[in-house]
Amino acid sequence: MPSESRAGTSGPSPATGTHAEAHAGAHTEARRAAMALCAEATLPELRAALDALGPTGPLTELRRPETGLVMARGRVGGDGARFNLGEATVTRAAIRLAGGETGFAYHLGRDAERARAAATLDALWQVPARRAAVERALAPVARRLAEAEALAARRTAATKVEFFTLVRGED
Amino acid sequence: MYVAVKGGEAAIANAHRLLAHERRGDPSVPELGLDQIGEQMSLLVARVMTEGSLYDPGLAALAIKQARGDVVEAVFLLRACRTTLPRFGAAEPIDTGAMRVRRRVSAIFKDLPGGQVLGPTFDYTHRLLDFTLAAGLPPPPPAEAPVETPVETLANGARMPRVASLLGEEGLIESGGTDDPDAPVPDLTREPVSYPADRALRLQALARGDEGFVLALGYSTQRGFGRTHPFAGEIRHGEVALEFTPEELGFPVPLGRVAVTECEMVNQFHGSAERPPQFTRGYGLAFGQSERKAMAMALVDRALRAEELGEETSAPAQDQEFVLSHCDSLQATGFVEHLKLPHHVDFQAELVLLRRLRAEHAARYAAREAATGAASDDAAEPFQEAAE
Repeated sequence: MPSESRAGTSGPSPATGTHAEAHAGAHTEARRAAMALCAEATLPELRAALDALGPTGPLTELRRPETGLVMARGRVGGDGARFNLGEATVTRAAIRLAGGETGFAYHLGRDAERARAAATLDALWQVPARRAAVERALAPVARRLAEAEALAARRTAATKVEFFTLVRGED
Repeated sequence: MYVAVKGGEAAIANAHRLLAHERRGDPSVPELGLDQIGEQMSLLVARVMTEGSLYDPGLAALAIKQARGDVVEAVFLLRACRTTLPRFGAAEPIDTGAMRVRRRVSAIFKDLPGGQVLGPTFDYTHRLLDFTLAAGLPPPPPAEAPVETPVETLANGARMPRVASLLGEEGLIESGGTDDPDAPVPDLTREPVSYPADRALRLQALARGDEGFVLALGYSTQRGFGRTHPFAGEIRHGEVALEFTPEELGFPVPLGRVAVTECEMVNQFHGSAERPPQFTRGYGLAFGQSERKAMAMALVDRALRAEELGEETSAPAQDQEFVLSHCDSLQATGFVEHLKLPHHVDFQAELVLLRRLRAEHAARYAAREAATGAASDDAAEPFQEAAE
């Protein structure tokens, strides 16, 4: 994917793909990158991406969109033992294409339509002939996210603080 | 003991209709939208999500609206909502080292690798009421600066070192401990807490705990009730990616981003015959921008390690059963507020018992008076007053 989409990828997990060969690892990373964009895309953005991709063929809803909970976890001291922080609402969906490719979506929040659209995009991404088109269709999302993040980073940078220690006038 | 009552349906239904009316307030004033609560009451939303133990800003905003702004009631609503949803599983632990930092300060190093950014903070404001807000004037646009240092370029995949890891390189601070990836993570929503509770369980309880209670306990440790000599090693707030590995996929799927606040307290030394003295640590983590909560949590986390670190345990904040069994606002309000429900039968029983005791007392008194024949009227007076 183009470099601008990197801002949309989630914190890469170094452990991912260690069991698989490097090719499979790269394949999974590319799929995760597309999923990360879908997870942060709005419903209109996902619909626009699907529209740009043209007919999907018949879709089977393998799993009706369902909202549930995922327990968010932290680590003691940021790097130690895991502990349960609290749950988050997550909506999931699974869509199968006529060719057998099954797409999945797991998104924060409760938007079933968004999950269904993202699962369809994930299924299309798995069709080798359509992968590049799916990534192109998601490029506007990557651009928007990168711009928003860059703006937030510039605003944060303006609050960078340098404190100076004053010498006490003791003598 | 509470004995069930029945009846009152019409009064209850009408009370709830009246509640809905009062909640809405003057209809000539525009109604609050959930988006307004989410955007303009974001710290309240963060608190309700943290204590409600459910990250969903939209549901938290709805809970706040429904609860007329009452935090504990809103927490109650979120906790009730969560019980209606299935749990898909547990997420990968969040990596706060990969946080997109919006605020990061350290009280112990002036020149921190990565720099310090104040972000949106109440610190250094003059706490003067701002009447331009009352007038509804728009704020000036935020300043912007070129993004140069690692703290600002984290979006490009850099990692922000924690202060503890900087001290840890020299062995000056204890490590965060190890994680056994196969060990189950204790969960107080599935198993009742049993004592002694390990640190992971204590942190879960403190994360859900009432901010006021945890704040007061943290304050008590600073005032000498279980002193731990804390420094705010680092406070950081920003967004982290949440990932979940579904069974059918076998790799971590990005769910989106959540906002969190993390606090690492650096506390005074601990050493042993085998190990030279090291700084110790207390840890706090909360949803959203919840700085006070994260700091107080870190103080109490460290205080609760007193026994582990061989310290004298005499203060309330060091007593894990006291802290953990009283920090939950929902449990606390349930037990306190149940007192206002009808206790007629219970109270009647007490009344009968009291009347009998008094009758027996009067009989004994009369018998003694008859026996001595010399009781003064003064002695009987307090008893008579109390009986009126």
